Amino acid sequence: MSDSITAPEAPPETESAGSGRRSISLNMGPQHPSTHGVLRLQLELDGETILKCRPDIGYLHTGIEKEFEAKTYQQGVTLTDRIDYLAPLSNNLCYCLAVEKLLGLEIPPLAQWTRVMLTELTRLNSHLVWLGTHAIDIGAMSVFLYCFREREDILRIFEMYSGQRMMTSYFRIGGLALEPPRGWQHRVRTFIDAFASKVDEYENLLTNNRIWIGRTRGVGYVSLENMLDWGITGPMLRAAGLKWDSRKNEPYSSYDQFDFEIPTRTESDVYARYLVRIEEMRQSARIIKQALEGMPSGRWTADAPHVVLPDREKMKTQMEALIYHFKIVTEGFRVPGGEVYQTIESPRGEVGYYVVSDGTALPYRVHVRGPSFGNLQAVPVMVEGTLVADVIASIGSMDFVLGDSDR
Amino acid sequence: MLPEDVKAHPTAGALEAACGDALVSGKFDRGELTIVVDPEKIVDVCRFLKDQLRFVRLSTVTGVDWYPAEPRFEVVYHLLSVDRNERLRLKCKLPGSAPEIDSVTSVWPGANWYERETFDLFGVRFRNHPDLRRIMLPEDWEGHPLRKDASVTGSRV
Repeated sequence: MSDSITAPEAPPETESAGSGRRSISLNMGPQHPSTHGVLRLQLELDGETILKCRPDIGYLHTGIEKEFEAKTYQQGVTLTDRIDYLAPLSNNLCYCLAVEKLLGLEIPPLAQWTRVMLTELTRLNSHLVWLGTHAIDIGAMSVFLYCFREREDILRIFEMYSGQRMMTSYFRIGGLALEPPRGWQHRVRTFIDAFASKVDEYENLLTNNRIWIGRTRGVGYVSLENMLDWGITGPMLRAAGLKWDSRKNEPYSSYDQFDFEIPTRTESDVYARYLVRIEEMRQSARIIKQALEGMPSGRWTADAPHVVLPDREKMKTQMEALIYHFKIVTEGFRVPGGEVYQTIESPRGEVGYYVVSDGTALPYRVHVRGPSFGNLQAVPVMVEGTLVADVIASIGSMDFVLGDSDR
Repeated sequence: MLPEDVKAHPTAGALEAACGDALVSGKFDRGELTIVVDPEKIVDVCRFLKDQLRFVRLSTVTGVDWYPAEPRFEVVYHLLSVDRNERLRLKCKLPGSAPEIDSVTSVWPGANWYERETFDLFGVRFRNHPDLRRIMLPEDWEGHPLRKDASVTGSRV
């Protein structure tokens, strides 16, 4: 009888070469709080040293790229919000720019500047969430509370503009969804005037904090060459010394009219990434101030009646406008055939939209290059050979969003 | 062979001079350069682009399905040269039955996940890939959802 009972499967322990010690396998995630979503890391450990790391993603795959093909171009904007839910406006912008390039649309200055201002607020929003949660992971609780205090103000500004705090869909193909709301200047100015001192507050808590420095300096190093080979983008690349930022290198949406610096460091560790992002917040605040002072006036949508919905008033009084409205709502607008790869600098790195049109009102193919996807595959390069306690700090410094990588 | 207007571009010209027999066609569309490459020679072309023309970064690899046309699949590569601030799109056309192409992971290790994604969602096999498994979908998933003959709403269970 005892023959029928098989022994329980041997625990996944293997003899690690040379050391004579046994390595153990550890599953970190997908429900681990520090993985900020559903990232799973399969770690093979020798004591506390990581021998091998295998990231596993896909838990948040929702088939967004397929869904694009069943929606009109304008409806697709709502999907872009949900890709990177900490930087929805950056994704709105990149998608709109790609389709506008296919259409050959000229976007009026007011819309371009508002887009710049709101995407920079999005960068602040995203960096604040990153800073707060990254600090919590490493053990500094109070930073989180301060960061979310400011984030709340930003979300209120988004709500004022679009009626939504997170999934704004405020940028539309051809411009903005609505006219900028009355009183936006006051709200943005109140926020941005106080913001510089808020960044000082975070820095007071962390920059010279011995525990913070101990946990982050020299941790998570990746060489610049490895970063380029593995396709890492964004603040991580800049913390390794490469001054590459789409806003400067391939300016879009009138970024070339703004005066700002691209911060870089050379240490390429978790601490350097922290310093780069802190400085990016200050630079974003600079851009927002310039946008606030120099905001042009005029229309907020392009002069393209076959793409942009007519004003309500015109629709009720003019036959032409009513016909356009009917056509756009019922069948969308046709986009000339061709293909475009548009990139922007999101808070996390290079967002790219590859849009293929076959001349109909539905996109033939939309591919999204999410920066988190490219960055995450380099996790093994970063953590193999280091201590398991540093994994949290290392992956925290990547600032990934799983919605962005799994799509 | 590339058309004359494309050959005038320095990158396309250098590519034509070095591995002209690997290039099928090329075009400019809205200021973006696309070069169609013979799928058998993709690794050689990529190696040359990275080592000689300094396209140090591979932005993304993906696919497009032109069902029911033949050749059905396109594998699309987007490259970036950091030094010259220049982007380039490469394309390879593959047949509808058993689409296969060499992996470029030996040139850019970062191609790994992008090729896995293309394999997962389009069913294009990458030869010599170090770890060709599904990445987005479960291991036991049947079919490839981004193919045009796969339904958007999925099948009812």
